[in-house]
Amino acid sequence: MSMELDVFVGNTTVLDEDVYQLWLDGQTVTDAVRIRIEAGALQECEANAEVLLSDTMDQFRTFQMCERLLQSPSKVANQLLFQIPPHRQTMLIERYYEFDSMFAREVLGKKLSKGTKKDLDDIGSKTGIVLKSCRRQFDNFKRVFKVVEELKGPLVENIQRHFLLSDVLARDYAAIVFFANSRFETGKRKLQYLSFQDFAFCAGQLISYWTVGAVDNVVENMDVDLEKEFLHDLKDLKVLVNDKDMLDQHKSLVCAQLRGKIKVFSEMEASFKNLSRALVNIASKLTHTKDVRDLFIDLVEKFIEPCRSDKWTIGDLRLFLTHYSSSVHTLEAFRRQVIWDRYMGVIKSCILKMYHD
Amino acid sequence: MPGKLKAKIVAGRHLPVMDRASDLTDAFVEVKFGNTTFKTDVYPKSLNPQWNSEWFKFEVDDEDLQDEPLQITVLDHDTYSANDAIGKVYIDIDPLLCSEAATVISGWLPIYDTIHGIRGEINVLVKVDLFNDLNRFRQSSCGVKFFCTTSIPRCYRAVMVHGFVEELVVNEDPEYQWIDRIRTPRASNEARQRLIFLMSGELQRKIGLKVLEMGGNAVVGYLQCFDLEGETGLVVRAIGTACTLEKISTLPATATHPSNSSPSKDMKEPGFGEEAPGVPLSSGPPTPLRAQTFSSFSPSKSYSRQSSSSDTELSLTPKTGMGSGGSAGKEAGPLKALLRQQTQSALEQREYPFFTLTAFPPGFLLHVGGVVSARSVKLLDRIHNPDEPETRDAWWEEIRQEIKSHAKALGCHAVVGYSESTSICEEVCILSASGTAAILSSRFMQDGSLDTEHRFEEVVPPGCGFCHIPYDELNIPFPAQLTYCYCCRRYKVPDVLFTTIDLPTEANVTGKGCLIQARLCRTKKKAQGEGNATAISNLLPFLEYELHTQLMNKLKLRGMNALFGLRIQISVGETMLLGLASATGVYLTALPSPGGIQVAGKTPSDITYEQHISNMQKKINDTISKNKELHEINPPEVVEEIIGSPIPEPRQRSRLFRSHSESSDEVSELDLSHGKKDAFVLEIDDTDAVEDIHALLTDSPTPAGFYSCNTEIMPGIQNWTSAIQMFTSVRVFRLNANLTNQGLNKIFSDLCENLLKSLYFKLRSMVPCCLCHLNFTVAIPEDELIQVAVTAVAMSFDKEQSLENGKQSGEKTLIKAITENDEQLQFNLELNAETSSPNPLSSPKGLSEVGSHPSARAPSVDYSSFADRCSSWIEQLKLKAHTIRRGSVKTTSSLEKASPLPEGRSRSLRSNRSYSGSSVAVVKMTPLSFIPGAKIIKYLGIINMFFIRETTSLREEGGVSGFLHTFIAEVFAMVRAHVAALGGNAVVSYSMKECVFMENPNKNQAQCLINVSGDAVIFIQESELESTSVQTQSATTHTSNGGEGT
Repeated sequence: MSMELDVFVGNTTVLDEDVYQLWLDGQTVTDAVRIRIEAGALQECEANAEVLLSDTMDQFRTFQMCERLLQSPSKVANQLLFQIPPHRQTMLIERYYEFDSMFAREVLGKKLSKGTKKDLDDIGSKTGIVLKSCRRQFDNFKRVFKVVEELKGPLVENIQRHFLLSDVLARDYAAIVFFANSRFETGKRKLQYLSFQDFAFCAGQLISYWTVGAVDNVVENMDVDLEKEFLHDLKDLKVLVNDKDMLDQHKSLVCAQLRGKIKVFSEMEASFKNLSRALVNIASKLTHTKDVRDLFIDLVEKFIEPCRSDKWTIGDLRLFLTHYSSSVHTLEAFRRQVIWDRYMGVIKSCILKMYHD
Repeated sequence: MPGKLKAKIVAGRHLPVMDRASDLTDAFVEVKFGNTTFKTDVYPKSLNPQWNSEWFKFEVDDEDLQDEPLQITVLDHDTYSANDAIGKVYIDIDPLLCSEAATVISGWLPIYDTIHGIRGEINVLVKVDLFNDLNRFRQSSCGVKFFCTTSIPRCYRAVMVHGFVEELVVNEDPEYQWIDRIRTPRASNEARQRLIFLMSGELQRKIGLKVLEMGGNAVVGYLQCFDLEGETGLVVRAIGTACTLEKISTLPATATHPSNSSPSKDMKEPGFGEEAPGVPLSSGPPTPLRAQTFSSFSPSKSYSRQSSSSDTELSLTPKTGMGSGGSAGKEAGPLKALLRQQTQSALEQREYPFFTLTAFPPGFLLHVGGVVSARSVKLLDRIHNPDEPETRDAWWEEIRQEIKSHAKALGCHAVVGYSESTSICEEVCILSASGTAAILSSRFMQDGSLDTEHRFEEVVPPGCGFCHIPYDELNIPFPAQLTYCYCCRRYKVPDVLFTTIDLPTEANVTGKGCLIQARLCRTKKKAQGEGNATAISNLLPFLEYELHTQLMNKLKLRGMNALFGLRIQISVGETMLLGLASATGVYLTALPSPGGIQVAGKTPSDITYEQHISNMQKKINDTISKNKELHEINPPEVVEEIIGSPIPEPRQRSRLFRSHSESSDEVSELDLSHGKKDAFVLEIDDTDAVEDIHALLTDSPTPAGFYSCNTEIMPGIQNWTSAIQMFTSVRVFRLNANLTNQGLNKIFSDLCENLLKSLYFKLRSMVPCCLCHLNFTVAIPEDELIQVAVTAVAMSFDKEQSLENGKQSGEKTLIKAITENDEQLQFNLELNAETSSPNPLSSPKGLSEVGSHPSARAPSVDYSSFADRCSSWIEQLKLKAHTIRRGSVKTTSSLEKASPLPEGRSRSLRSNRSYSGSSVAVVKMTPLSFIPGAKIIKYLGIINMFFIRETTSLREEGGVSGFLHTFIAEVFAMVRAHVAALGGNAVVSYSMKECVFMENPNKNQAQCLINVSGDAVIFIQESELESTSVQTQSATTHTSNGGEGT
């Protein structure tokens, strides 16, 4: 004796947000029922386990039927099959595209290919995220990437327009797309302490200041790639460390500004040349794709780690970078002020974001 | 050649990929009507083709216009091989043939394929130019309006109710034709869909002709059914009630606020005596605009009946109100009898004095006798000439005659709430008909009005009149215990009342009602032919008897004394019979309080046994008192005075008159009374009784915050919000072989109970809410399978209202009655009495609470606001008209109101409007005839759709549940799309009349047939109507009602 068939269809599609989350988390129906019981669903409306099972199955089926639509969110609003109030549509889409930052952190910078998809089991067992959910998240990344990859115009807006996501979520996706496109190295052991949000912030900075779209706001421009010309110009910054006079002058300017203001003054004074050399070298190497990929590992190895070993506080670091960056303006021999500011602005905020344990 | 049909194919969207190589489609469209076909150009390589075709014109007879659907086929062009069909759209153009309905069909319609389901959408424009039908050949009946609604539709007034119309057409089922062996499933399904479309069209046309012959212009309570007989054919049959309807101008200016309307003569519509003037929700000074209503109304097609009735209107003298008429009392007796005779003769002229209506214009339904039903078992393979309808016609005639005679036995001349149904298993077919015997007023049925007599009819108090026995108390057709009416104390009433109609809005009810179901399973031996039919015939009376006993016991257990909307469904399978009786129980104030249930043992010697019995008794008593509390049944204490009862000894009485007949045409009557036993003594020795008690006590009460009923409205709940959620739920349960009757019963009962529990859980976010019009259908799709399908609507209401008590709520019931039925219910006078005289405190109180109390509807009217409210309303209408003309009705506000969930009702929604940049208009669906918090301003025509869906990849589509879930969602989507294309924003009186599901999991196949129907309408939220005038009291009420959704 068994229930052969059991369906419930409402004229307005009935959606339970809690069950939706369980479905998105990739739970099986059985697990979802267990979780709901633990959450006290049986107290509601004199339900029993049977009722809950029926409801969960039904909801899961509904979500599965909606999934095809959710994969092209623009269709959700003008499809006829499900009558869903607009605010619920927005909720469905937003939640479908939401992801675990733990998961995103693992995938960040990897090629969104079949090969990576095969590694999802590992990511799943590492992060504790159910494989099914990993797949959905990965497919979402890939789908968004595929759609906006070739599109002109601002990346975040493109994502928002095609996937109807909130601004916050669209920005996160922009970061993922950006990282996947430039294939930044994020997986090294030394980078493990960085969270997805750290990288997403950095990506935002890079997108806002270093891409073609950042300087001239013409619609045809692309946001996904860094501006080649700018990267090329960064070579000119070398003079700051190659010219000994300039380096000394720079150092003395910074030291004059910081004396008495930072705790690690002596350490700073001692390592100034190394630190400056590190930042300028990173800049000058960015013409090579390989070095672009290594941007973050370079920043950590060559700048953040030395500072950390000298026990700089974040406040010290902020003051240093501010003055390090601004005092270049008083170097009369230095001509590349604009490039310098564009470079340092991003580097400064990235380092500050990345400087934690 | 009286008509020109024009169609234009605009565009397509979301088409499926038909060419794997390019991932695109080269689509074109064939437009077919009758034998004429047009084609659009091929729009190459696109999933969103823009054909923007010319107008395809079909010059056709109006007969064809009624019968044929417009058939649109979308195909993928293929240069080298045959073009692949993407899918089809059938468009019923009937709504365009009636000038009062829709004028154009325009919008996105789903492209449907019977194998793949919905495959994209197509945007079409369809119009009809009807040439003037001065010289009408009576083969067509264009212009006759059809309504599924089983009451007089909201924006119409009944001038005349002509009576019963029926028709039946038969055809060979394409599924059983020889050609089916060689054609594809798709071709076979499409042939079937098309055939049923054609047959429904033909049926509707033929019924329309009958209506025209009778002098009517509309069919109300139109009920169309299919019998898939199998080898012997496919039957489409329909019944309905022919009426002459007159459109009421919907301007709120016609409104007369009850308490405000002084009984001045000029404000009354003479045609209906004092009951005529419409009393819609919105208040306003009644008099001046009333006249305008009439002058502005011009019926599109005038029938002779109409003009004669307007004569009546002029000749009638308005009379004094009901409130004052109350004193006329019994001396009216002889005259009343005379009148009854007259009515009776009027009705006897008719072949069948049947009415499919379940709710009536006030004053139409005088007395209710009880339920009458008839069943007959027939063998389909005995039909001599299966292709002709004669045999089936004869079968139904036989049953109807029986119903008629039962009604007569109850002293009634009419049957209301009448319906017919069948259950087929292999070659056996059970035909059933049931209704409520009643006595009706003649006023809607005769040409010449009986003005003077009317006066005496009105004497019947509105709240209890229908309960008064119609039969002669000295010559009762069955044993019954009669008492004087607990309301008026003047007439006799029975102790329980079973009916198939809706609870009359004017009825005095104590407390709330609830859904009561009796469920029964009986095994039977597998048999063939005549033997099988006999076995079934023998089982039927027992089944009905037990269902009846169960209903009665459950009614007592809930402390109630009347059932409304009773529907007994008997379904036949190869090895069992299923019986499901659903009804809404209520406590009618006019009827005596029901006694309890007593448990008695046959062997009182044993002490443990005694204990057992007293335990049981205690349990039952507890349940009764708990139920009374739950349903707020606390009738005023009355001194018991059972007088003049001819049968002092209490007995089980049956209001159910039934009979069954075999194919041998032998009719056997069954005495259902329990003999000398006390009705409500359950003898525990009896195994059946143990089972009964068990069944009684296992019915779990509805969870807190929920109410349920299978009628249109729930007594005691008025303050509906605009949040409604229509739903369909289907379950199929597989049984083990070799179950006993008891085991089966338990399973079946649990199946229904669990289904209800699931529904409550699903809809928990709408609490407080009531599941209305819970319509259960059971079927035995194959051996060892039980299928239960439910369609209902969940409606939220405001809690405050539900907490109201006693007199005040009683008063509101009346006011509600008016708001409910807008124009049709005219109770101004009784209401006057109710609100002012017996309850003098209520009016001033209401006035003072105008702003604060959401449910108070005090009789205050601000005359100064009247003018601008009226004009703003007209603006609204213009606006509406404008949007409709543009082709798609964008009802942003109603869109927001569609959510059944609390979030959907929050005010913050308005800010979300920006999201709704979609072109999909929200369409509400409800099985009820009204939409809470809204006013129906136009009926666009009947929606009657039949779909077949088949799959050969059942597993891939998510198994049987996935398959059916998708299909039902698709059917909803298609109904919504067609309604939106007609310019509507809701379907009322929606029902799923057929859901035949067959599966073969081993072959990975399944097939399902669904038939749905309803009335497409345009409604306007009352809050919208009133939005500009906040001065009036009613406006505050509405905003609090509708505010939930805005």
